[in-house]
Amino acid sequence: MTLLHLAGVTRTVQLVDAPPLTILSGVDLDVAVGDRVSIVGRSGSGKSTLLNLLGLLDNPTTGDLEFGSRPVKSFSSAERDRVRGRDVGFIFQQFNLLQGRTALENVMTPLLYAQGKQFWQRARIASEMLERVGLGHRLGAMPDRLSGGEQQRVAIARSLVRGPRLILADEPTGALDLETGADVMALLDEVATASGAALITITHDPAIAALASRHLRLDHGVLTVAGAPAAPVLHDTEFAAVPA
Amino acid sequence: MNRLLSNVVGSFVEAWQELRIHKTRVMLSLIGVAVAVCAITSVVGLGAVAQQALQEQNEQQGGRAATLSLYVAKYDGTAMDPEVMQDLWTTSLDRYGIEYASRIVNSSQTVQFADGAVPVRVTAVDQAYGTMHRVKLTEGGWFTAEDADRLAPAVLVNQVYYDRLGRPDLATHPTTILLGDRPTTAVITGVYPVSTWDTEPAMYMLTDTLTGLSSPEQQTANGVVPNYEMWVPTDLSEDLTTAIQRDFTAAIGKGTNVSVSRQDYAAFNEDPFASIKLLVGGVAGLVLLLGALGLVNIALVTLKQRIREIGVRRSFGATAGRVFFSVMMESIVATLVAGVVGVIGAVLIVTNPMLQEFISQGMVTDFPPFPVEAAILGLVCATVVGALAGLLPALVAVRVKVIDAIRY
Repeated sequence: MTLLHLAGVTRTVQLVDAPPLTILSGVDLDVAVGDRVSIVGRSGSGKSTLLNLLGLLDNPTTGDLEFGSRPVKSFSSAERDRVRGRDVGFIFQQFNLLQGRTALENVMTPLLYAQGKQFWQRARIASEMLERVGLGHRLGAMPDRLSGGEQQRVAIARSLVRGPRLILADEPTGALDLETGADVMALLDEVATASGAALITITHDPAIAALASRHLRLDHGVLTVAGAPAAPVLHDTEFAAVPA
Repeated sequence: MNRLLSNVVGSFVEAWQELRIHKTRVMLSLIGVAVAVCAITSVVGLGAVAQQALQEQNEQQGGRAATLSLYVAKYDGTAMDPEVMQDLWTTSLDRYGIEYASRIVNSSQTVQFADGAVPVRVTAVDQAYGTMHRVKLTEGGWFTAEDADRLAPAVLVNQVYYDRLGRPDLATHPTTILLGDRPTTAVITGVYPVSTWDTEPAMYMLTDTLTGLSSPEQQTANGVVPNYEMWVPTDLSEDLTTAIQRDFTAAIGKGTNVSVSRQDYAAFNEDPFASIKLLVGGVAGLVLLLGALGLVNIALVTLKQRIREIGVRRSFGATAGRVFFSVMMESIVATLVAGVVGVIGAVLIVTNPMLQEFISQGMVTDFPPFPVEAAILGLVCATVVGALAGLLPALVAVRVKVIDAIRY
């Protein structure tokens, strides 16, 4: 089942006293439930802009972007926020945990925007999620009392606590040492697999990128299959036929 | 409905977390608000005490609303025939079904104290006067119907009089000697309080008792004219004024001045404390405004530091409306807490016995409870200030671009 569908997506930024800057150009991409996709690229290649589009934080300038088979353009602003909260989980390079709040409160944060059982039982659900990432003994710890690896595990728990269908990880190991980074990625892969969510990882690290089943490269705003920069990215059905 | 409820509760939770984390900053910014709310609430609360003091004083002097005062005198200065007047008076009360009415005669009576004979101010009244003027006694009780038949007349003395007698126990039926044409031994049956500036002895006695203390010739010679008071329903007071004036004028005839008018405080709808209330209220309003400006200032500065947090929340599904509401709620919850603190401070101030005594000057026997409307006013002021102070930061928070905020 296709979760994300991008066809001919471009993103252009208007500059003052300069011609418009094209950040993404003709991006085609299909992501299905359960996919593991890695996107590598140099700084300034448009990785974060692509992540923002995939996470419904930004709109394409041209092209079609569909989420769950619905054109994103048809979403109202509030609906887009609600879909993002329900179906998308973000993991940031700098963790972005809310300071002054315990690990449990951080994981409870996305549940504050949920309804029904998820909202009213948020403390129990968040505790269970922290147990799953091995931090059941650090529920009351403040972020500045946690190690980098622990902080990223809290961030993972926070991104998964609402059971999203898509997890977007922006350099998830960028602030961690190699060993801790590997542990965190293994955990992320495990919980994503258990929940059946698609995982899109943006990274500089070839070792992290290698954990995915599909490898893409972003170069000057153009998305290609990794290892074959000139080759266009094909849709799922065509992907298997592309030579490595 | 479920979404609305969880949104509202969620906003409260977020606001409370934010306040808890930044409690020092919040406390500092809210001192001004708490002080202003305390001032406004105290002004209203103390106003109520002062109002009560004034009302009790007015009721003791002019009677309760609506008290009609009847005054009859001849233009040539000769005395009215007491029997004719009494007849007209009782007829009038019967005709209009007036239950509470009293004759009032202000006179003087020489009293024998241990240190000599002293002229004492006497207010001679009928039994209903006690209810009409809310006369409160510190000891004993007001006149009863049986007091009219006593051989030794009953008198109620003021605290000064009572102190001068050495505060005898009323259960022992203490007596006092009234000198004059017909020296009489009276029994003290009650004691009433005096204001702090009242230092002279005084007493109440029944009008018929006073009549019995002097001969008819002397009464005529003295020209003592009673004042007549009637306590009537407020909505009937105007009609009764006209009717009673018409009846007396018709019965007595020409050459007589008949005047019926309202004498109670409610007939004069002026608040003597209005100007002071306005002044202190205005100052408190300015303090509240300054407190609100401080709050806006700090909230805007803090918001700069919270842009990333707002971005993170938006990425986890917080809608623009939710962010707006949460930032507003922070301000409102904070000022509401400050308002509660201010109201508690005001309650402590207004119910302070020393301050109450200072405001009432000994004229209040029934201190009013802390007025609920003052507390509500304080909390409403705090909430409105919170909403106004939260509006600008909330608008700024909504305009934050999510992508830029996360990278901030």
